Amino acid sequence: MADSPPIEVRGLVKRYGEIAAVDDVDLTVNPGDVFGYLGPNGAGKTTSLRMMLGLIRPTGGSVRLFGRDPQISVAALEGVAGFVESPTFYPYLSGRANLELYAALDGGEGRRRIEQVLETVDLRDRAKDKVKGYSHGMRQRLGIASALLRSPRLLLLDEPTTGLDPAGMRDMRQLIRDLADRGITVLLSSHLMPEVEELCNRVAIIRSGRVAYEGSLGELRARAGVSYRLRTTDDALARRVCESQPGIEEIEEARPDGLLFEASNESAVAGLSLALAESGAPVLELTPRRATLEELFFQLTEGGAPSREGVAASREIEAVA
Amino acid sequence: MRHGVLTVYRWELRKLRAQKRTYLGLGAAAAVPIIFVIALVTGGGQPNDVAFGRYVHETGLAVPLVLLLFGSIWLFPLITALVAGDIVACEDRNATLKMLLTRSVERHQVFAGKALATTTYAVLAIAIAGAVATGAGILASGFNPVTTLSGTVVSAPRGLFLVGASLLVYLLPILAIACIGLLLSTVFRNSGAAIVGTLMFSLLLQLVAILPGLGGLHPYLLSTQFSAWQGLLRTPTDWDPILRSIWVCAAYGIPALTGAALVFLRRDVAES
Repeated sequence: MADSPPIEVRGLVKRYGEIAAVDDVDLTVNPGDVFGYLGPNGAGKTTSLRMMLGLIRPTGGSVRLFGRDPQISVAALEGVAGFVESPTFYPYLSGRANLELYAALDGGEGRRRIEQVLETVDLRDRAKDKVKGYSHGMRQRLGIASALLRSPRLLLLDEPTTGLDPAGMRDMRQLIRDLADRGITVLLSSHLMPEVEELCNRVAIIRSGRVAYEGSLGELRARAGVSYRLRTTDDALARRVCESQPGIEEIEEARPDGLLFEASNESAVAGLSLALAESGAPVLELTPRRATLEELFFQLTEGGAPSREGVAASREIEAVA
Repeated sequence: MRHGVLTVYRWELRKLRAQKRTYLGLGAAAAVPIIFVIALVTGGGQPNDVAFGRYVHETGLAVPLVLLLFGSIWLFPLITALVAGDIVACEDRNATLKMLLTRSVERHQVFAGKALATTTYAVLAIAIAGAVATGAGILASGFNPVTTLSGTVVSAPRGLFLVGASLLVYLLPILAIACIGLLLSTVFRNSGAAIVGTLMFSLLLQLVAILPGLGGLHPYLLSTQFSAWQGLLRTPTDWDPILRSIWVCAAYGIPALTGAALVFLRRDVAES
């Protein structure tokens, strides 16, 4: 148990009739990870999180939080906190009273930390007001506060910046970064690529209930390879040169002008540069270009079937690491 | 584990104290007897067609007994349903169940705490109605001996004891109604539907009671149990309706409570 990862999900399935909301999901979140759980709306992120927190029963598979099954007892949630979708509170109670309630349900020890967590989420001045008067951003922050009452080792946050204004999003991301710096493992469900790119070291991308990729962001980018953007004085001639050049592949037109291609290695790019100069199509621009996480996300979630090979490959890499 | 139930129970009471519907129900339990007594004093008439109705000007102790008879039709079932039908459904309305169930209390502890809070509210409602009716009745008609249904007269202190005992017996069908409200609240996940459903169920049973040809069913209807306390107001005490009320109310209440618990323990908390 002591060495068990914060989250270990194996073969997780949730079916509603014929529809598989979550279909054979495997995940491992290691201590210290800020793990991005990515997917478009309806991909199965929230359903997965609900099963991880014991709110709904899986049709198949298993979830272990620090080695314990949340379906058996809430004891599995010891050291675990978070919320799915928006955090919710009793609107007729004050923010502080809501925290007192949740602290009491946790055994009462969190009560001593109420002022501290209110300070952390910058809600101390509004704590006596009824929650029905809170803005969405304040409720999100109160949600984080209620999670922190549990002194969690693992935080599960479901799209915590959704509905926040830019300043609120910035503050929430900073808060998550601060919590991660304190050593808290975070599972962050999101569909916002910049957020995940900014905060997470590892990701799983889920599409139609299935994991399309699980691994590090670096490995995900490496899998996509590097493409090059080429602009010359004569793009038609440049294209013919590219097609005849060994090691230059996947040539396509770029917008608004120029070409995009992939190269098997940097020598092939150097050779192309020389060939273009000799052919009478001098180079105006030749720049390497890495795919953004957003592009990779769309490739994985909109293009083709989920790549199980990719998942396996990424796991192999992790196992070696 | 017990600590968990007590914690939930204490917080359910605090939540009830913070909600208007609680005061609406308890306020009605206090206001109706006062209105009744004011009508008696100012109108001068009396409800001759119900038991103890003819004695309301002779002793204030008759007032709570008449109120129990009138209140059984819809007043007390409605007051009970106001909280019983809401206590689980409100968690769906506020989407707070997902927050509750990811803290350190088990589902059965949450359910037990809610059931206890519902019971407390129902007991409080009947106690308030009984106390206010007795107090207002005594102010209006005096603390005088009561004539029982057998025609014997009992002293005022003995009459007061019998009123208290009657309120306790009256609680049996009220608690059965509360269990049904809890079931509908858990199943419907909608306060309005659960409250109306509970009241409709109560009214339906009273309708069955007046349908011709169904006399054999009467002893086993929940509505009939609202009159069981009258056994205490006979000389000697008639225990049969009281004993029957215990098992008939249990026959309605326990399956409803068990069903509610099973649904609550097994349900997916899937919607926000």
